[in-house]
Amino acid sequence: MNNDDKYYKSLIKRDRVFEFLIPKVVEDLDLSHGTALYLENISVNFDGFKAINKLNFYVNTGELRCLIGPNGAGKTTLMDIVTGKTRPDTGSAWFGQRINLLRMDEAEIAQAGIGRKFQKPSVFENLSVFDNLELSMEGTRSVWSTYRASLNSETAERIEAMAGTINLLKQLNKNAGLLSHGQKQWLEIGMLIMQNPSLLLIDEPAAGMTHQEMDKTVELLQALSGERAVVVVEHDMEFVRALQSRVTVLHQGSVLAEGSMSDIQNDSEVMRVYLGTGSSS
Amino acid sequence: MSIRAGKSRLSTLLFVSAVVALLISVTTFNQLPADHELHVGNYMVGLLGKYLTYAILAVAVDLVWGYLGILSLGHAAFFALGGYGMGMYLMRQIGDRGVYGNPELPDFMVFLNWTELPWYWSGFDSFAFSALMILLVPGLLAFIFGWFAFRSRVNGVYLSIITQALTYALMLAFFRNEMGFGGNNGLTDFKDLLGFDLRSENVRLGLFIASGVALLLVYLLCDSILRSRLGKVAIAIRDAEDRTRFLGYRVERVKLALFTLSAMIAGLAGALYVPQVGIINPGEFSPLNSIEVVVWVAIGGRGALYGAVVGALGVNYAKTWFTGAYPEAWLFALGLLFVVVTLLLPKGIAGLRLRRNRVQQRQAESNV
Repeated sequence: MNNDDKYYKSLIKRDRVFEFLIPKVVEDLDLSHGTALYLENISVNFDGFKAINKLNFYVNTGELRCLIGPNGAGKTTLMDIVTGKTRPDTGSAWFGQRINLLRMDEAEIAQAGIGRKFQKPSVFENLSVFDNLELSMEGTRSVWSTYRASLNSETAERIEAMAGTINLLKQLNKNAGLLSHGQKQWLEIGMLIMQNPSLLLIDEPAAGMTHQEMDKTVELLQALSGERAVVVVEHDMEFVRALQSRVTVLHQGSVLAEGSMSDIQNDSEVMRVYLGTGSSS
Repeated sequence: MSIRAGKSRLSTLLFVSAVVALLISVTTFNQLPADHELHVGNYMVGLLGKYLTYAILAVAVDLVWGYLGILSLGHAAFFALGGYGMGMYLMRQIGDRGVYGNPELPDFMVFLNWTELPWYWSGFDSFAFSALMILLVPGLLAFIFGWFAFRSRVNGVYLSIITQALTYALMLAFFRNEMGFGGNNGLTDFKDLLGFDLRSENVRLGLFIASGVALLLVYLLCDSILRSRLGKVAIAIRDAEDRTRFLGYRVERVKLALFTLSAMIAGLAGALYVPQVGIINPGEFSPLNSIEVVVWVAIGGRGALYGAVVGALGVNYAKTWFTGAYPEAWLFALGLLFVVVTLLLPKGIAGLRLRRNRVQQRQAESNV
């Protein structure tokens, strides 16, 4: 409702071109200012509950960033906004300098170079590991060209190399549904890398992993950042510490604190929110 | 990868040889003298031809239900529209041989005191135009329907109910005399097709062979789609639609393309059906018909194209036999069959083979 009103009001503004006249093109990603993601003054209301409240959040190119916060702090909603699943009521969201995320749908955003890994490992269970990776591979997405697409040896090798990286070479022809939980997590990370995105959003990568697998994930994520920006949502504090990245703490839909892990741990506000202590002790 | 591709190619080869063998053997046995014990009667040829068009329809439903997850309960509408397209051509072919002897107007229009052909009947005296319409009209309806439904992300049972409403609405419309499609009686009394007399035995055999060839072509087309990357995308959409979207695929476009194609295939099936049964009436739009198609596919095994064909042929043969032997019991038998298959063979008859493959695969793995 609210959005509709705003839309109709925008139609009678005389100082601007109508919004629907502005060409809706996926422009080239421009990261020249060193910032991959701008979220400014974002608010989301779910039936009166403010899931996100005037949030400002920036991610630099090549940065590895952790996002933590108690349940309901708005971490997943934030990812939904960036990937086009949820539309914010107010605010702006830009990918690089030129791509306005609020005017694109999920598929366009994915094609522009934002990849997402879900909290629950979601792979295509009735397709083989190979097929899962093949579908994720960057490239053409139109109906006709997917029908005509053929695998050359180069892409097949690329897929196999990725399967080697994520330790699933032996399971290449196995249906993804038969993999263990940890293996599915790995497969999904592999799928994400095959997309070759410039910004990765990763929701709880370490859930269900053994310690060794976790160490390997840390290595992988650190290797991924640098070339691309990576935002990781995680509950496991040990894992966050191991990533040695900047940490943003969300609380009730806004940023509570930002800094290195040791700064965050000594922040009295954060301690109060997380532990219910701090200011009182 | 290569093993898997090899296997599906093998099943295609088996299917193609089975259909070719059926066509050749029926044709040969039909030519035998009538008192020969292997003789296949003309009645049987007509029946098998009808079943083959049902099999094409089942393949169309399996394409969208088994692989894309769209449970369409309205495919009989596309089938009937294709049938009406063919019916209109056949009506125009009657010419002045009708009861009223009017060279322009079909009998039912003369009976209604109409003086000229409605505009939408023009062109149907040409076979090429009719053939185009047979594919285009169901395709266009599916495109418009799908455009709205898929763009608004209508899914699952809601979509199924809307497809039922679609076919029901069309049935009510076609029942009306003023629509100009013969109302209650539909279109019938056909004389010839492309100059061939429809009552001749050889023409009936020819239609049977044409249906078999059409089934093969449709099967190969669908098989090539399902074996391409587009087929994998379809399965991905069926299993995790949102996830596919986040990989950058336009889910609604894939659905729209395959749904439209499926409707065109159903239209083709309907067009082959009508000259073989000699009539098309609004009863073909009945919601029950669409549901029956879904039952064939479920029994044969969705998610395997040959399963749809096996289901359509098997269930319809059983129906013919049952309605002859125990006419009252058929619906009970069909219901029972559906319940048993759903409980014991959730993947249908084709599931038996899939299950055996999986057991073999597991054994092979444990041996390693």
